[in-house]
Amino acid sequence: MIINKSKAGLWSKIGARATFGMAALDLGNELDELMILSADTSTSAGLERFKRTFPDKYIECGIAEQNMMGIAAGLASEGHVVITTTFAPFQTMRCCEQIKVNLGYMVQNVKMIGLASGVVQGSLGFTHSCIEDLSIMRSIPNIIVLSPADCTETAKALSAAVEYNGPVYIRLTGGSSNPAVYSDDYDFEIGKSITLVEGKDIVLFSTGTMVHKSLSVANELKGQGLSVAVIDMHTIKPIDAEMIQKVCSYAKMVVTLEEHSIIGGLGSAVAEVKTAIQNAPPHLILGLPDQYGKSNDYEELLKNAGLTVSGIIDSIIGFISDKRIF
Amino acid sequence: MTSNKTELEKIKSFAFKMRKHILNMSLAAGAYSSHLGGGLSMVDIAATLFASVMKHDNKKPQWPDRDRFILSKGHGVLGYYSALCESGYLTEADLITFEQPDSALLGHPVRNLKQGIDFSTGSLGMGLSLGIGVALSVRMKKRKSRVFVLMGDGETNEGSVWEGVMAASQYQLNNLTAIIDKNGYQQTGTNKDIMCIGDIATKFKGFGWKVKVVDGHNINELYDALSSQNNSNQPLAVIANTVKGKGISIAENNNDWHHHVLTKANYDEAMEGLLESGEDP
Repeated sequence: MIINKSKAGLWSKIGARATFGMAALDLGNELDELMILSADTSTSAGLERFKRTFPDKYIECGIAEQNMMGIAAGLASEGHVVITTTFAPFQTMRCCEQIKVNLGYMVQNVKMIGLASGVVQGSLGFTHSCIEDLSIMRSIPNIIVLSPADCTETAKALSAAVEYNGPVYIRLTGGSSNPAVYSDDYDFEIGKSITLVEGKDIVLFSTGTMVHKSLSVANELKGQGLSVAVIDMHTIKPIDAEMIQKVCSYAKMVVTLEEHSIIGGLGSAVAEVKTAIQNAPPHLILGLPDQYGKSNDYEELLKNAGLTVSGIIDSIIGFISDKRIF
Repeated sequence: MTSNKTELEKIKSFAFKMRKHILNMSLAAGAYSSHLGGGLSMVDIAATLFASVMKHDNKKPQWPDRDRFILSKGHGVLGYYSALCESGYLTEADLITFEQPDSALLGHPVRNLKQGIDFSTGSLGMGLSLGIGVALSVRMKKRKSRVFVLMGDGETNEGSVWEGVMAASQYQLNNLTAIIDKNGYQQTGTNKDIMCIGDIATKFKGFGWKVKVVDGHNINELYDALSSQNNSNQPLAVIANTVKGKGISIAENNNDWHHHVLTKANYDEAMEGLLESGEDP
């Protein structure tokens, strides 16, 4: 898949879902064995062009996610590289046991794309929002869990996922206008985090939409005399334990940021590594609260959860003061 | 009715040997216990497929042109491993490791391509969807292979089964055959008492399937239903009326034997009855 400045620029304007659809077109040309399955969500996944261009590589499964995951595993067993796609809650929870048995237990070569995860669909209510997927997918053995930071990373993650022989979940977050973290091609390796900003006092481990916000947070805190690192944790499983261990040897404070429940996601994954490290720095877990709140606009929901740049800074400053870190 | 006597004799002999293997496996499982009832009700179906109807080769378990078999009622392993043994994928020594620590032969099948087991099953209601994926691939690749999915009647309580039933018809998968081992029972009682599925043949027909209803212990009927060419554009459902525990008198239509420990005394009695039945041609 060719990735360049012009594509990165375009993708950031159309959002992760449409980017997935465009990247799928490239994959359709490159991979003979590719099959894309949808649960009546081809439009939502940006797959209309793919459907028209590669009718033999597209299977409409209807609103039946359990069946879709079985069909996917059956195809994968015959040598196909299979991508399944629907909205994140239906992709991960409606068919969770099929994912466990068909992908985790049998290790079939299926890539799941969870569309519009997080709270971007907040106005539709929590049936369509998804704050649990990282936690659930992470607990199933053998499944790689990716959470790209922006549209370019969505394409990079998809490309890496189809090259990898085994089950992968890719969580797409953010709206149709998706601020770019990456403006050109770069090296992406499953399980290897990317340090975007170096810093020695505070380390922000971020994933999904929170990566771009973390860049602004780091910049603002720098103005207050703090040296803040930003690390893109695009892989939630396997978590980059080496990087966490390295950070814990020098940082005074660690922050994890995710548009996901504070339970079971990136925060938990980092904490699971940290808990075995002697004298590890204190850890602030920022994410969505463990509750189904009222429906609201995307930005309002993030604001209420303290996941805006100013909200994040307030939380960090409050934590520093509470724990008397400096 | 088929006049292919040799095939029928071959299937009967195969089924007889499967039942002997099942008793040996069940005894070996000891206190781990085993799903005897549903394992025995499917024996004649599995024998018809493995001994005669299906194209397969134990020297090449992944032969691309083979017919595919998926045991959707994964608890029926006794009727699966015994068929794999009689087909040369497993040895009798393998069979008696059944359910023992570190054995490859667990209480529900685990994907093991060398042993001819393409899929792990056990959680009910998932096998038909797997079969649809396989059947779609086989058709795309223009292979002549047929795909057989064996389900339990209790299993059709699962909603996911009906997602698959709808899709197989939508995709016009005439290379796909679903066989319902209709023994009338499920774990804690009869289908009727637990969750009545009513007239299952009518339900499949309503979803656009071609349906055949057979006596699931009549080899002639099973052979005809499973071996005949499906020239329609519909998937085929074979509703096989069976007896839970068939062939072992203490277990027949006795749901206590759904999952039960086979003692040595039970084993001796059952084996004696089996040998006396004189079904070994």
